[in-house]
Amino acid sequence: MAGLELLSDQGYRVDGRRAGELRKIQARMGVFAQADGSAYIEQGNTKALAVVYGPHEIRGSRARALPDRALVNCQYSSATFSTGERKRRPHGDRKSCEMGLQLRQTFEAAILTQLHPRSQIDIYVQVLQADGGTYAACVNAATLAVLDAGIPMRDFVCACSAGFVDGTALADLSHVEEAAGGPQLALALLPAAGQIALLEMDARLHEDHLERVLEAAAQAARDVHTLLDRVVRQHVREASILLGD
Amino acid sequence: MLKSKTFLKKTRAGGVMKIVREHYLRDDIGCGAPGCAACGGAHEGPALEPQPQDPASSLCPRPHYLLPDTNVLLHQIVSAWRPGTWASVASSLRPLGSLETYVEQEQGENANDRNDRAIRVAAKWYNEHLKKISAENQLQVIFITNDRKNKEKAVEEGIPAFTCEEYVKSLTANPELIDRLACLSDKGNEIESGKVLFSEHLPLSKLQQGIKSGTYLQGTFRASRENYLEATVWIHGDTEENKEIIIQGLKHLNRAVHEDIVAVELFPKSQWVAPSSVVLHDEGLNEDDVEKEEEREQMLKTAVSEKMLKPTGRVIGIIKRNWRPYCGMLSKSDIKESRRHLFTPADKRIPRIRIETRQASTLEGRRIIVAIDGWPRNSRYPNGHFVKNLGDVGEKETETEVLLLEHDVPHQPFSQAVLSFLPKMPWSITEKDMKNREDLRHLCVCSVDPPGCTDIDDALHCRELENGNLEVGVHIADVSHFIRPGNALDQESARRGTTVYLCEKRIDMVPELLSSNLCSLRSNVDRLAFSCIWEMNHNAEILKTRFTKSVINSKASLTYAEAQMRIDSATMNDDITTSLRGLNKLAKILKKRRIEKGALTLSSPEVRFHIDSETHDPIDLQTKELRETNSMVEEFMLLANISVAKKIHEEFSEHALLRKHPAPPPSNYEILVKAAKSKNLEIKTDTAKSLADSLDRAESPTFPYLNTLLRILATRCMMQAVYFCSGMDNDFHHYGLASPIYTHFTSPIRRYADIIVHRLLAVAVGADCTYPELTDKHKLADICKNLNFRHKMAQYAQRASVAFHTQLFFKSRGIISEEAYILFVRKNAIVVLIPKYGLEGTVFFEEKDKPKPRLIYDDEIPSLTIEDTVFHIFDKVKVKIMLDSSNLQHQKIRMSLVEPQIPGISISTDNSNMDLNEPERKKTKLKK
Repeated sequence: MAGLELLSDQGYRVDGRRAGELRKIQARMGVFAQADGSAYIEQGNTKALAVVYGPHEIRGSRARALPDRALVNCQYSSATFSTGERKRRPHGDRKSCEMGLQLRQTFEAAILTQLHPRSQIDIYVQVLQADGGTYAACVNAATLAVLDAGIPMRDFVCACSAGFVDGTALADLSHVEEAAGGPQLALALLPAAGQIALLEMDARLHEDHLERVLEAAAQAARDVHTLLDRVVRQHVREASILLGD
Repeated sequence: MLKSKTFLKKTRAGGVMKIVREHYLRDDIGCGAPGCAACGGAHEGPALEPQPQDPASSLCPRPHYLLPDTNVLLHQIVSAWRPGTWASVASSLRPLGSLETYVEQEQGENANDRNDRAIRVAAKWYNEHLKKISAENQLQVIFITNDRKNKEKAVEEGIPAFTCEEYVKSLTANPELIDRLACLSDKGNEIESGKVLFSEHLPLSKLQQGIKSGTYLQGTFRASRENYLEATVWIHGDTEENKEIIIQGLKHLNRAVHEDIVAVELFPKSQWVAPSSVVLHDEGLNEDDVEKEEEREQMLKTAVSEKMLKPTGRVIGIIKRNWRPYCGMLSKSDIKESRRHLFTPADKRIPRIRIETRQASTLEGRRIIVAIDGWPRNSRYPNGHFVKNLGDVGEKETETEVLLLEHDVPHQPFSQAVLSFLPKMPWSITEKDMKNREDLRHLCVCSVDPPGCTDIDDALHCRELENGNLEVGVHIADVSHFIRPGNALDQESARRGTTVYLCEKRIDMVPELLSSNLCSLRSNVDRLAFSCIWEMNHNAEILKTRFTKSVINSKASLTYAEAQMRIDSATMNDDITTSLRGLNKLAKILKKRRIEKGALTLSSPEVRFHIDSETHDPIDLQTKELRETNSMVEEFMLLANISVAKKIHEEFSEHALLRKHPAPPPSNYEILVKAAKSKNLEIKTDTAKSLADSLDRAESPTFPYLNTLLRILATRCMMQAVYFCSGMDNDFHHYGLASPIYTHFTSPIRRYADIIVHRLLAVAVGADCTYPELTDKHKLADICKNLNFRHKMAQYAQRASVAFHTQLFFKSRGIISEEAYILFVRKNAIVVLIPKYGLEGTVFFEEKDKPKPRLIYDDEIPSLTIEDTVFHIFDKVKVKIMLDSSNLQHQKIRMSLVEPQIPGISISTDNSNMDLNEPERKKTKLKK
């Protein structure tokens, strides 16, 4: 995208943020009563809804059951109205399959699946509005939903994207920044241990820069953790008041 | 961490897309004033001066900051104003994103008005803010705008506001600033004749629409050097047809200036014209001489055959101006006390510029720099303002400065930051340097260069191996060892791109310590090198190629003549001489093979000045002599370059820096073929090989110089060789050298391209590590673009320098008559070449205050008939050379015809009344 200045000389991005700053994050847990766990998250204009069922018995073919741990089943979908142009997105297209697989890998690494052998955990994520960083928003929403369902995890999984423009690493890319076509890195982090649950990168990036971009994404993920932690504590506090403790 | 208010902005792109964007308003942008308690330390980057020290102004006596609006800023930034005054500029633009000063676009308010209002709000905020921090200092922000409405509104809102002119006039300390002010005031235009000379430029939106739909074409405007009423527009894009559009006549040129990006409307075929071969210069015309102008335009449109017609059009709008400050001289107005004068730029493609100055008398006869401000519709000339005084005309320093500035050659001394990256003296090779490096100090290496060369970047060796084969090594100075990627030294060299050699002076690409000492492969010292070593058989076939970083110790630095002497003298049989003989033998085989493949041997008249060591004036002129050893060194450099090009392209197929030389389109050769035909010779141009062969065959026993002339002409037909990035192009062929791949590796001291190639090669052989920019093909393509530009400019600067020294030479020599050959025939002139000096010049047959001779121009042959004498291309003539100083700005070598004699045209020869300043009136003959 020629002519668009992603990073001004003064160090501001298109939407007024500095390089390392996140977009505004708002989240709620327990949005649906029927599901075992659910959560809603807004990261700037990216909005995602996550619902968790389980752990429960294996549905469908019994052969899929794993003898030593739970099966994590993830499905991703994106609302027809999520982007600027209304577009029907049928189930099982390539993009949502890939995203489902990525989410599955992420959560298999985070959930203590060996506690529930021969059972299944379903995570459904829907993106209501997409403005960049959909993977990160999905992971963050799903983390809250899994927590809401009370499924034991090693740690929060916090995800954030990062890009690289003019020698500076930018955290939490918006749609405009993603569309510019630079390198893009998605990171899902277990913040307490600093372990990486998933790392994916598009486009070429010189190895000398990788460390910096990775660090920017990790720092952003840690910031996300602080915020999510606050949301969870707030939710627990409200829940315990309702229970009348 | 994030304190923000979300704001949704809806824009429509293409009518359907709805884009939702966030905008975070910040509360942490400081005012930029140091020590401002309210902002804390929140500011960074450029700060305001703690105590503004602006020159005293009668309008606002209190200390103040300036807040110019964007228009003022854009127009005045070239004025070379006091830098301190602009300290506020950067920060004044900043608060616009801040929470307090954010302005939402109101209903019915257009973007411009909104911006104006935003600036006013910012100014107000600043004033209130500054009051808070320093009540006693009474700091103030003054708003500078040239927009009348904006100013009125600002005053209404209680912001002190002035126009730029008011403010500058009020500066009591420096009254001369007013001259430098870009004149944009409406008043200026009213004085001129109200007659509208030009049609209006279409607005940008309309142009873009037209370009998209194909009604208009976008291209770069190139004014003609020879005819001020004609220009060509090079159309951007890949369309083969209509690549070049001719624009003729003042009205159709429509105020476009050389290098502007313009939109052109193509005329129907019936209105197409042929490029005229008339040479026309804009001379002392008055403003209202429009009629005369039209008359001249008529002159261009002579009847020509159908196929000569080229696409013709007119400029209908300017997409981007490419104005820069221009060097030139003031032509003082005839009217006394007048403050408006015309400025004549040194570059003939730039129109004359009207400037307003009170210092005309001091500026007269000096080289000055002027910037263009604008070109109103009713003005014959653009308006501009004075920027800088360079010095007296004709002085060597001034003229050198001018030609460096005109060719955009960076020539300032290296900055401290750059010099800080130089190695510390005394320098020696350390253990660390030896890592990944081979010790080749035992080899008998020597260098061969022109006399007086201090930046030796190549050395050679040749020895017999035990198996009977020959080992040949080319050792190139390892500049990339000293210039590490990304530091200030690297950036500065990348910017300069090349060393520029002027006649009496060298503008280095890298600081002297490197170029003449540490990198220079001088004899009998240990130097770091990058070696390319081949194993060859006696037939000069390469059996093995090896590249390595090395340490060498050159045994001798020879000149071409010395090396030649060693080879030729039978008595010398030392190691160096045997090495040289081996090299020479191989080089001859290599050259033969190269020429068989179709490499061209072209020729251009090159001259060298013998320069007086005291006065630096040229005392003698000589054309360059070529020896066998020249071609020996050249042959091995070519071989090294080709080997390296193969290697780096193999290793980095996407981002190798290579050099290509595109084959010229057949039409380029027309003039050459025609010229040869007139001498009954045939030149074939379908391939490089056939061209080379036919050039070899084109000899005339009665006319030995003909072959050289043809080669000179062939050189003019060629395209420019360019650097490019292998990932961005797929045609790698080097036409002139007949090599499928080529690069520059052998002169890293004077070319930046070689440094990049060194780095690539070092990575390829594992001697160095890569860095991000090296593997980014877009960055590499940018570097190539800059290098190509710098090389072109360096070449022009060199030519200009030669031209200037030629003038100095002839100034001291007086008038000489010499034999010359006609190179081109024009409509009203012939271009001749004087072999003795390698000098080219134009002989005009029309002069202002003389009756016009009868001229008949035939384009087909081509020939020019004057009265009864016919001139063909390659005819031998005798011309008189003298320095024409009648125009101080463009002192030039003027040539006039001596033989064949044409009454009224050629100059009779008599030795009296030589007046250098009035060559036109001369009726003297010089008997030799």
